[in-house]
Amino acid sequence: MPKLMLLGDEALAQGALDAGISGFYGYPGTPSTEIIEYAQRSKQAEENKIHRTWSSNEKTALETALGMSALGKRAMVTMKHVGLNVAADPFMNSAVTGASGGLIVAVADDPSMHSSQNEQDSRYYGHFAMLPVLEPSNQQECYDMAFYGFELSEKFHIPVLLRLTTRLAHSRSGITRRNPLPQKEMKKPEDMFQFMLLPAIARKKYQHHLSLQKDFLAESENSAYNIYTAKRKNTKLGIITTGLAYNYLREAYHGDEIPYPVLKISQYPLPEKQIHQLYATCDELLVVEEGMPFAEEMIKGFAFPGLKPVHGRLDGYLPRAGELNPNLVAKALSLPDTIGRPVPEIVVGRPPALCVGCPHSDTFLSLNEVMADYGRGNVFSDIGCYTLGFMPPYNSINSCVDMGASITMAKGAADSGLFPAVAVIGDSTFCHSGITGLLDCVYDKANVMIIILDNSTTAMTGGQNYTGYGKLEDICLGIGVEKEHIRVFVPLKKNYPEIIQIYKEELAYNGVSVVIARRECIQTLKKKNKLETPE
Amino acid sequence: MKKDIILAGVGGQGILTVAAILGTAAIKRGMNLKQAEVHGMSQRGGDVQSHLRLSDETIWSDLIPFGSADMILSVEPLEALRYLPYLKDDGWIITNSTPFKNIPNYPSEEDIYAEIKKIPNYVLLNADAKAKEQNASRSMNIVVLGAAIKHLGFSSEEIAEAIKTIFAPKGDAIVEANLRALQAGVDN
Repeated sequence: MPKLMLLGDEALAQGALDAGISGFYGYPGTPSTEIIEYAQRSKQAEENKIHRTWSSNEKTALETALGMSALGKRAMVTMKHVGLNVAADPFMNSAVTGASGGLIVAVADDPSMHSSQNEQDSRYYGHFAMLPVLEPSNQQECYDMAFYGFELSEKFHIPVLLRLTTRLAHSRSGITRRNPLPQKEMKKPEDMFQFMLLPAIARKKYQHHLSLQKDFLAESENSAYNIYTAKRKNTKLGIITTGLAYNYLREAYHGDEIPYPVLKISQYPLPEKQIHQLYATCDELLVVEEGMPFAEEMIKGFAFPGLKPVHGRLDGYLPRAGELNPNLVAKALSLPDTIGRPVPEIVVGRPPALCVGCPHSDTFLSLNEVMADYGRGNVFSDIGCYTLGFMPPYNSINSCVDMGASITMAKGAADSGLFPAVAVIGDSTFCHSGITGLLDCVYDKANVMIIILDNSTTAMTGGQNYTGYGKLEDICLGIGVEKEHIRVFVPLKKNYPEIIQIYKEELAYNGVSVVIARRECIQTLKKKNKLETPE
Repeated sequence: MKKDIILAGVGGQGILTVAAILGTAAIKRGMNLKQAEVHGMSQRGGDVQSHLRLSDETIWSDLIPFGSADMILSVEPLEALRYLPYLKDDGWIITNSTPFKNIPNYPSEEDIYAEIKKIPNYVLLNADAKAKEQNASRSMNIVVLGAAIKHLGFSSEEIAEAIKTIFAPKGDAIVEANLRALQAGVDN
């Protein structure tokens, strides 16, 4: 078979398809979105009727994947790093129930926060749940680890966490495929206690999970993905890399042989045996990892006198925050650094901005006219393109914390006595995590105005479908928002007088108002028009 | 052969298409490739770049080290300057001269061109105008590619083949428009 040129995300999806997966579940989030998008485009997935539509959020996605695994089939759930916070409850508990059919939890971390609120490192979650973690170092490993991940999951009947990082998820390279495997047959769990975490059963299952830890360690120490190159003359330094950091190390030596012993880690728990050997062989250690100093902290522990130095992100050999690059790794090894010309002084930043013709722009500009009387600090917002409403020329919003937090923070602000308390949330974000917050508002008859920006898509990540499309009014009605306080407008300049009137009326109402600003995303609209009118 | 190329522009200007064409030509030759892209928040009218690495040898890093790019290929003049720290001393800047002004403090074009001309090896061309002349106004990116290929060691035949492969699903008219744009860049 010829090589395929795939993003790390796409390689993982193709690997899962070839490894006999039956269902992908997930919610879009940079840099993980392309895993499911690839499966959605795949003819192979279509022919084999593989499930690959989006879920409402990461929690529902993980639970659904667990349900599929419970019935013996192979499943994958995908999300960005902060999505695992949303899915943390089923994730932690699925470690105790275990899985049946292979279950891979694929999480894409975003060190340097290219498109995220933080740079949390999912390996800590793997450690927390005491589950094996796979961290591919290149696109081929992304593909191969789909097979291996399912095998490992089925061998021990546990979910496996697979961690990607931005520069692997969104970088393309050649992939060699294997022969595809058939899907697994559906079969009910033999053990009716497996997914029943009543305390008495959970205690037994937890003991079993603890007893597996030595097996997970043995798997890591014998894994073909953890490679220890011991025989090197210069033992002043021993180098440990994790995931794609290995590539930067090789780049720093221009692909030549590395003069020091190197342990390349792509499977966790950390392979203790090889780390002990490296420590015993070398005078000092350098730990190079993409993300937070996870391995470094584990290896270093407390710095007792007499222990050999362990260098890395914690002692300044590498920066404490942000993603790695070849130059940072070269500097940590005292190799010559390279740099081109400086950026000329005239070069100014070009920050992201709302698109020309974006419906959010009209919603914000009209809102500003009403809010001008109250000063800044009354409008809570959320995660999406519209977070750019914080920037000039809008300066309309004053918060962006996590999915759904606009509604609940506005409620807390109203509870504190703030008036007016306004929330601005996208349609897809509302369906992800806003609905329960709205129910809180209705329950307390909170004095809030919630603006749902309905552009009919999950725009930030490139225009994915979402589960509540076309149902927003019905959802609000069903939750108990009064019909006369569910208002809809079309965000266009010509409608400003009407829009401002709606805002004023709903601000004057002492209770829960939902105002829906409905106009399609300009990007998805352009795409559709292109499809309909070929040049 | 080994070529490290920074592709630069503003979200939506078509640098990923340029990357796909160069990648297709490189693979046809049996070369290895790595190409890091930018997705998500940064694409919303912000600056975007892609690191494209082509080599007969194994490529390790997905990112090009500073000071080692053979070329900055930019579809926008201000964006060409943003990545100068990546360019090696004798590297090339190939850039469109037509500015994309979506920020209030966009510098003067004269100042931008003066900075570009400080680089020993540069090509500054009005790719928007050349594309329009060819009745291919949406293929400005391909004009810039056309101006770049001789400095990358590719023939126009190889790139034309890749353009046919990439644009074939969009129909003959689009393939032809892009081939005209390529030639306009090559003839520059």
